[in-house]
Amino acid sequence: MQFMLLFSRQGKLRLQKWYVPLSDKEKKKITRELVQTVLARKPKMCSFLEWRDLKIVYKRYASLYFCCAIEDQDNELITLEIIHRYVELLDKYFGSVCELDIIFNFEKAYFILDEFLLGGEVQETSKKNVLKAIEQADLLQEDAK
Amino acid sequence: MPAVSKGDGMRGLAVFISDIRNCKSKEAEIKRINKELANIRSKFKGDKALDGYSKKKYVCKLLFIFLLGHDIDFGHMEAVNLLSSNRYTEKQIGYLFISVLVNSNSELIRLINNAIKNDLASRNPTFMGLALHCIANVGSREMAEAFAGEIPKILVAGDTMDSVKQSAALCLLRLYRTSPDLVPMGDWTSRVVHLLNDQHLGVVTAATSLITTLAQKNPEEFKTSVSLAVSRLSRIVTSASTDLQDYTYYFVPAPWLSVKLLRLLQCYPPPEPAVRGRLTECLETILNKAQEPPKSKKVQHSNAKNAVLFEAISLIIHHDSEPNLLVRACNQLGQFLQHRETNLRYLALESMCTLASSEFSHEAVKTHIETVINALKTERDVSVRQRAVDLLYAMCDRSNAQQIVAEMLSYLETADYSIREEIVLKVAILAEKYAVDYTWYVDTILNLIRIAGDYVSEEVWYRVIQIVINRDDVQGYAAKTVFEALQAPACHENLVKVGGYILGEFGNLIAGDPRSSPLIQFSLLHSKFHLCSVPTRALLLSTYIKFVNLFPEVKATIQDVLRSDSQLKNADVELQQRAVEYLRLSTIASTDILATVLEEMPPFPERESSILAKLKKKKGPSTVTDLEETKRERSADVNGGAEPAPASASAASTPSPSADLLGLGAVPPAPTGPPPSSGGGGGLLVDVFSDSASAVAPLAPGSEDNFARFVCKNNGVLFENQLLQIGLKSEFRQNLGRMFIFYGNKTSTQFLNFTPTLICSDGLQSNLNLQTKPVDPTVDGGAQVQQVVNIECLSDFSEAPVLNIQFRYGGTFQNVSVKLPITLNKFFQPTEMASQDFFQRWKQLSNPQQEVQNIFKAKHPMDTEITKAKIIGFGSALLEEVDPNPANFVGAGIIHTKTTQIGCLLRLEPNLQAQMYRLTVRTSKDTVSQRLCGLLSEQF
Repeated sequence: MQFMLLFSRQGKLRLQKWYVPLSDKEKKKITRELVQTVLARKPKMCSFLEWRDLKIVYKRYASLYFCCAIEDQDNELITLEIIHRYVELLDKYFGSVCELDIIFNFEKAYFILDEFLLGGEVQETSKKNVLKAIEQADLLQEDAK
Repeated sequence: MPAVSKGDGMRGLAVFISDIRNCKSKEAEIKRINKELANIRSKFKGDKALDGYSKKKYVCKLLFIFLLGHDIDFGHMEAVNLLSSNRYTEKQIGYLFISVLVNSNSELIRLINNAIKNDLASRNPTFMGLALHCIANVGSREMAEAFAGEIPKILVAGDTMDSVKQSAALCLLRLYRTSPDLVPMGDWTSRVVHLLNDQHLGVVTAATSLITTLAQKNPEEFKTSVSLAVSRLSRIVTSASTDLQDYTYYFVPAPWLSVKLLRLLQCYPPPEPAVRGRLTECLETILNKAQEPPKSKKVQHSNAKNAVLFEAISLIIHHDSEPNLLVRACNQLGQFLQHRETNLRYLALESMCTLASSEFSHEAVKTHIETVINALKTERDVSVRQRAVDLLYAMCDRSNAQQIVAEMLSYLETADYSIREEIVLKVAILAEKYAVDYTWYVDTILNLIRIAGDYVSEEVWYRVIQIVINRDDVQGYAAKTVFEALQAPACHENLVKVGGYILGEFGNLIAGDPRSSPLIQFSLLHSKFHLCSVPTRALLLSTYIKFVNLFPEVKATIQDVLRSDSQLKNADVELQQRAVEYLRLSTIASTDILATVLEEMPPFPERESSILAKLKKKKGPSTVTDLEETKRERSADVNGGAEPAPASASAASTPSPSADLLGLGAVPPAPTGPPPSSGGGGGLLVDVFSDSASAVAPLAPGSEDNFARFVCKNNGVLFENQLLQIGLKSEFRQNLGRMFIFYGNKTSTQFLNFTPTLICSDGLQSNLNLQTKPVDPTVDGGAQVQQVVNIECLSDFSEAPVLNIQFRYGGTFQNVSVKLPITLNKFFQPTEMASQDFFQRWKQLSNPQQEVQNIFKAKHPMDTEITKAKIIGFGSALLEEVDPNPANFVGAGIIHTKTTQIGCLLRLEPNLQAQMYRLTVRTSKDTVSQRLCGLLSEQF
């Protein structure tokens, strides 16, 4: 996977994770272009599209779009489920997650993502194991207090 | 503000975020942010030392501001300070900041690397995890330099915790992607392969990704992974859905791991029989499961299950060796073509496209033609329709071409603007390729122009004219058809062009019919004249003069037109000139001269359709491969068959017989000079269909000649094709040298994964030492990157290193190899000496092995000055007044290697009459004499 973007229906970027080196300018350009393209698509359209030389896999959950860019040989359907598993992880951690949770606790959203995906590849698919890692971290900080 | 954020509530941060959200305008937001930035700056600069919590809070605010899209130019040092905190959350925020706002300040990098080093050594798995995540997220070259050696150790150490192993594996993967040269293969690789057997499925998942990436470049090193991957896969697909506990996802056992294992297997050819049987069983099981009723109605269940299924089908297509599996795969995809899930229909169309190019399944794919045509008509999503067009194109052959072309034409009437041009190209190609009857071809192209004239590019209408001119059986029909088409009150300008050209050539074939008499033909064309653009009008003027020759009866009418002010005094120079010249020609030339000058066009040389080249350019070559080309790829001997392909010689000498696919028969072999500029010509040099990225492309044609040009000079262009230019600049002193290689991206698209590699054979390696640093893997369109090679000559050598360049351009893999002109004579130091000394030394080197002589024909004009320049360029001193015969050239010099110095004398005797040379080289070492003589002989 080359990058993952989360953005709202209004086109506000909520999370960006880049697994390939790109300049800030290029990142902004890509984001602008993709947000526009994806938002213009109608519901019920297919979740995949070709974009530049990449494949875009996206899915909407309530007010948020989750959008991944994968390479030619990558598997679209399993990417769709990467998105779903990430949503499940957020949901479990925040207790029925909403966009506001991700806005106000953006750093947590990044931490959870790092436990799940690393370098653009799935690191741990077990929901239990990912959450265990995050909760352990939360505990550590309780101790420190 | 939400109630309480989980974990550590940073109240200040939450308040700030709320403020930003309440901003009514962009200006208000910027104002609020600037206020906050000023506040944070003053805190960071303040006299009072900040406690860890405040530091964390401010760093987190900065991060938030950055992620909103604003620039942040401070706070890095505070973030680095957080890294050494003992509090987990402070450390964590520090690492997050560092990963998101990567900074190239070297002092900072040193501090960051130090902190990471400490955490990696801490043996605290959570700290190690954070450090590894940071390395993986940044993934820079500096990180690779610092940690690429350490991470493999962590990965294979017996006492490393599972979660750390997972992070280490993917961390290494990321470093390998950015800096493959810094991740040396070693003992650890075999232990990594054995992680496929690990008990912890999370570890296996991470390790499989790593192994797949490494195996793509080092297939030999990782080939034992095949059997391990097959047995792992087999255990997964046969497990009951509850066996794998938390690794079962919506009743599908370990879908991510299964997909990754299947992907790994696609790095290799079908395995040996024992393993192959087991793999076939797995694939059959996966296909069988697709037929079972779903265990859940949730879309996640079907997605995960089908993800594995599609990956299995990819593997089946990749192996392309089991007809039974291929046909089953095709049937399965056929079912998906009518599935109610749009996603599955899309993927089925896409996957079937590759199946269509396998000879085993091509026929099976064709049976779905009605469904695919229906998809074209009824799908509501343009991306799905696009896939349907691709599939129709891929499944087209002689048997169904008429139907497919007709469907595409009718789709074109309503097609989305974004894909019209591509459909036009595809229709034009199919119509030409599968035309049994050329009247059909002509009709089809005229229809294309009628329906989508704006999207018909020059290539398309040029091509129809070429074909009509080359086939006399269709000329009369073509003339009649364009004449009829031009009757339409509003016809596209492209039709006027084609019509004008064809009537100008073959209007006589229909002039017998009073309905299309010469005058009517002329009036019809001229009625369109004023509505057309300048180039079209220019073309029509040429048609008119051709009419003057064909039909003397309309000569006067045409002369009147040419004579009119709107022509003779036209503001456009081209039009004016044509009118004047044609008018004069028609007045003064005799009928015979007219007939000669305005003779029918001779046939065009047969060549590859430039339309095909255009489509390839548009879509990336791999997408337009088709069955015939694939077949040709399979049997290498077809290459040398009816249509001799220029690259077939190089293709035959390489394990990958696919090198010539882009070139087809288009371009004659070009022995020297720049590569041909026509459409896909440059593609000859590019091994686009190569499956394994590790295969080094055969040497580009012309490489030898270019190589020879560099023997006597150090700077210039070494290689050039449509995409890439390679320039050289080098300097040598004694046994050392430095070469600057410039890679220029000639396109407007980025090159990705750009990896130049220097390859020295084993023998050469011990004689020549080359050192270089890798270049940035992305080369922007129009940009040039430079690579420096430091060269050391250890002892004399006669081979040349090969420069292999691999990169991805527009989705296709490119692979180019050229010989790098580092030759023994570069290490020459010239030596001046008098005649007496020269002949004394000459005699000393009289041992037969020390002398090598070559008599050869001059390849270039025998010019004294040029010859002198070449000898000096070769590196030796040019000794004047040494040889008694002033026509001869003598040179002397010393070859410097690290171990020895070798004195060399040479003498070149030209024979103008015979256009021959005799070259004699004497040195103290036989291999040196041979090599120098060989190199220099090629120069004259």
